[in-house]
Amino acid sequence: MSKAAPLGGSYITKTTVITAILTVIMGALLLYRLVFGLGAVTNLSNGYGFGLWIAYDVFISTAFACGGYSMAILVYIFNRGEYHPLVRPALIASAFGYSLGGMSIMFDVGRYWNAWHLFLPGWANPTSIMFEVACCIAAYCMVLWVEFAPAIAERFAPPKVVAILKKTAFIPIAIGCLLPTMHQSSLGSLLIPAGYLVHPLWQSNLLPVMALSSAICMGYSIVIFEGSLVTEAYNRPSEAHMLGKISRLISGLLIFYLVVRWGNLAYAGKLGLVLTSGKYSFFFILENLLFVLPVILLATQKNRVNPQLLFIAAVSMLLAGALYRLDLVLIAYGREGWHYFPSVGEILITVGFVALEILGYIVCVKLFPVLSSHHPAHGKGSHTVLRAPSAAATTNE
Amino acid sequence: MAFSRRNFLKGAAAGSAAAACAAATTTPAEARENLTMPPKAVGLLYDSTICVGCKACVVACRDANDTHPEFSTEEKLWDNPLDISGKTITVIKMYSEGTGQHKDQEKDGFAFMKRSCLHCVDPSCVSVCPVTAMTKDPVTGIVSHEPADCIGCRYCIVACPFAVPQFEFDKAFPKLLKCQLCKHRQAEGKIPACAEVCPTGATLFGPVTALKEEADRRLAVPAGKPNTFARKTVGSPDVHEHPNAAYVQHAYGTTEMGGTQMLLLSGVPFEKMGYPKLRERSYASEAETIQEGIYHDLIAPVALFAGLLYVARKNTKNHDEEE
Amino acid sequence: MNDDILNAIETRLGLSRRSFMQFCAAMAATMGLPKGADAAIANAIASSTRPPVIWLHFQECTGCTESMLRAEHPALDKLILEIISLDYHETLFAGAGHQAEAARKASMAANKGKYVLVVEGAIPMKDGGIYCKVGGHTALDLVKECAADAAAVIAIGSCAAWGGMPSSAPNPTGAVGVDEIIKDKPVVNIPGCPPSPYNFLSTVVHYLTFGKLPELDGKGRPKFAYGRIIHENCERRPHFDAGRFAQEFGDEGHRLGYCLYKLGCKGPETFANCPSILFNDIGSGSWPVGTGHPCIGCSEKGIGFTKPIHSLAEPVYITPPESYARIVEEQGQGITLASGATMAVIGGLAVGAGAKFAANLGKKKPEDSSIGKE
Repeated sequence: MSKAAPLGGSYITKTTVITAILTVIMGALLLYRLVFGLGAVTNLSNGYGFGLWIAYDVFISTAFACGGYSMAILVYIFNRGEYHPLVRPALIASAFGYSLGGMSIMFDVGRYWNAWHLFLPGWANPTSIMFEVACCIAAYCMVLWVEFAPAIAERFAPPKVVAILKKTAFIPIAIGCLLPTMHQSSLGSLLIPAGYLVHPLWQSNLLPVMALSSAICMGYSIVIFEGSLVTEAYNRPSEAHMLGKISRLISGLLIFYLVVRWGNLAYAGKLGLVLTSGKYSFFFILENLLFVLPVILLATQKNRVNPQLLFIAAVSMLLAGALYRLDLVLIAYGREGWHYFPSVGEILITVGFVALEILGYIVCVKLFPVLSSHHPAHGKGSHTVLRAPSAAATTNE
Repeated sequence: MAFSRRNFLKGAAAGSAAAACAAATTTPAEARENLTMPPKAVGLLYDSTICVGCKACVVACRDANDTHPEFSTEEKLWDNPLDISGKTITVIKMYSEGTGQHKDQEKDGFAFMKRSCLHCVDPSCVSVCPVTAMTKDPVTGIVSHEPADCIGCRYCIVACPFAVPQFEFDKAFPKLLKCQLCKHRQAEGKIPACAEVCPTGATLFGPVTALKEEADRRLAVPAGKPNTFARKTVGSPDVHEHPNAAYVQHAYGTTEMGGTQMLLLSGVPFEKMGYPKLRERSYASEAETIQEGIYHDLIAPVALFAGLLYVARKNTKNHDEEE
Repeated sequence: MNDDILNAIETRLGLSRRSFMQFCAAMAATMGLPKGADAAIANAIASSTRPPVIWLHFQECTGCTESMLRAEHPALDKLILEIISLDYHETLFAGAGHQAEAARKASMAANKGKYVLVVEGAIPMKDGGIYCKVGGHTALDLVKECAADAAAVIAIGSCAAWGGMPSSAPNPTGAVGVDEIIKDKPVVNIPGCPPSPYNFLSTVVHYLTFGKLPELDGKGRPKFAYGRIIHENCERRPHFDAGRFAQEFGDEGHRLGYCLYKLGCKGPETFANCPSILFNDIGSGSWPVGTGHPCIGCSEKGIGFTKPIHSLAEPVYITPPESYARIVEEQGQGITLASGATMAVIGGLAVGAGAKFAANLGKKKPEDSSIGKE
């Protein structure tokens, strides 16, 4: 198999320009938030303490960023070395996803100047799920960059350093497999203390299991999604054979998730609520249809190697996982009399973070050896123009 | 690298072993029961049936806690907060149904209800606060908030079953506001301002055990029979007479979420007064049981990590050799 | 009204034309009568023959009479004496004993069916009513005798209206109000301890002007005076609404004029026009609450002389204002046109791009590099 190599080429493309503009808008809005407070930019309220930023930037975006975690498990724990070429692109996407998620939290917390309290024993409260999640995510952000360090080193450092990094890589890899297991499950648990405030179709003691299993699914799906995107955008050879195999994993995990979800509902006697809960029923059914669609699409081997169906299945899975998290944090959550819909500012800031993520990813694949190098476009700038900037924006929608 | 069935099976076996090892070492931690109330806990008894809705408590609370009037109308003439907020610690709310003429009646009636911190015996906010900014006093049981510690993550706002913690969303350097039972006044030997000024004794301060007895006493008197009601502090000689109301036969807060230190009496069902039916087991105890089950003494994560380290080391070596 | 009549009034009452018209206007205003009523009143007073009045005193303190005498509208004393023909009044009589009783009997006989009976004081019923006698007759007999041929009966003061202080528990004499005894004709109750003299005077003038009694409420009280609750017209009401209360006599809130509810003010359950009409014609604040003392509900049966002065009132009619915070208030910011549109645009872009991308995906050969260019 071929080694990974930098993509090279011009940094000024349609995509980078648009994402840069969106990033600048976000920066201005964030400055505004810092000067005039959260209420000036967001629709956050005392009825909805968590808004779009927590729902998207923390819950959804870190689940999207589980590609690195999922692939690391597959390659290093289950020893499927054949997928090795997919690890680095997944890692870099994860590194951006998590880092930006972490960064956005810094703007979301109201008293950010105290944020360091989280990590000191005098303040830390071990019973708090938020404490666990925060520490875990902060640590994982660093671990992700350490995991990615060999790629940076290959470009800039002497071979000796690269060798040492590779030799000790198993340590960050092991940590990188442990931490998301912890915080992705805990992100589910985060809503357990809210009790009745979360609609019974979502509230469950098995939230950590469902959150973790769906996050891993999303991790594999994002690998397929990004694989399709990169293949298409950078005109690289199809990875469908590899992606197709991964899709079997998704099917298996999805079936596990669905069994747990529905079994849990049946056990708790909540099946009746599925159809009788008004708007909650709508979102619940929509969400479950999106979960079931990939299972059906990926049922046959023929479908699994069809890049189109594979892509649709991955997108459906990503949407399902995203909607599941959105439901959990915002739609199924609520207090009588309170309303919430993200403000334009909130939406633009979230879009800005996504844009920054895409921008960072593009810069990284051009600068560092991330993508495997056996493709014709290597070194030719003209071939590295993205087909459609908006296609890149779909990464996170 | 060539894909070999052997390698895969080896890896899978090792991975599963690590996971199983983690699972096995996870001794099922004992369920975390509801916390119990400190014996000297203090609280409030709010009796909706003798409240006249004068909002003296709201005004006194402003004075005692140095909060400023909040306007909900365009003219900004009156201090009329619609709910507790980043500017307001307590409000009296109105229930009104139909013609809204008869006090403490569910149909065609009206009634008042106090909104402020209930000071849970097993508070969610204390359990979920990542930086211990929310604390429960081990002696008085008062649930307090320390702004200097707070990071403003608002998890307490999301988790509180009663929507009590209130954040100043309109400030660049915001704080969180909640009732602390006037602990600064209690330190001076005074009682909470709302109980101090209540003209009818609808808000009564005292040890929670005494407040419970008082609530039971009121519930036991038949509706319409004259009854005496103390003002300021439970058992105080400052009493007045009033015909007993037709109470809902339950003091809210005696069981809800493992109990609260503010108890409520009402003539209108509590669900209609903004206080939902809640089970006895606290959400905090349940969430902590689950977390504790997973993270008991960190045995499971450490075991899992050890397994992962071993497997990852072995497999990275394989990859390097093959490359 | 012609000048002759006014001139006659001037000489008869010793009142200037201006003062007289002022008085009539004040009467009309007190009763809430429409424009023009002052002229009708002036006409009635000027032209009517003075209605004879018999004023009985029973279990009382004469406070009502004293209050009446201290009314200071121009020459009110004269009006009482000149407009009406006060044929019998124990306090104001020059005569005494049999002479006085004879005058009463003479007036009753002469004005049979035309005189107005005013009763001041409660009537004891216990033991045959022996606890109050005038000229050897019990109050019970006297009131029955005098009411039999009266054109109208007015019970002035809380004692006559519903028993007042003499009827306070344990009510040793079995004191009751006039309307407990006189059932065959309407009794106008002017409760209060004492009542405002103008409430009485207005009732008399109304009778004089229109030939009938003013509209009464369910307790026989003129609606113009007792139709509204003190709490609703009290100058301290804003303090109640704002939750500002005097906690004890002499504290800061008391000195600042805060609401006296907590000190036992019965304003929230007492019907009277005290806060509007005030007392003694000395300007604003001249009523109990105005001076810093809680209303004791003196005019209200079951409250005045019954409830302890500093015990809490049972507010009636306190249905809260519309602006009161509801249990569930709609709060927070839901979807707006701008936010919804932003979301829709982004969602649309994403779906469109995704669909276009997915559609292209299958059609492309991996080696085909031309598709990568725009």
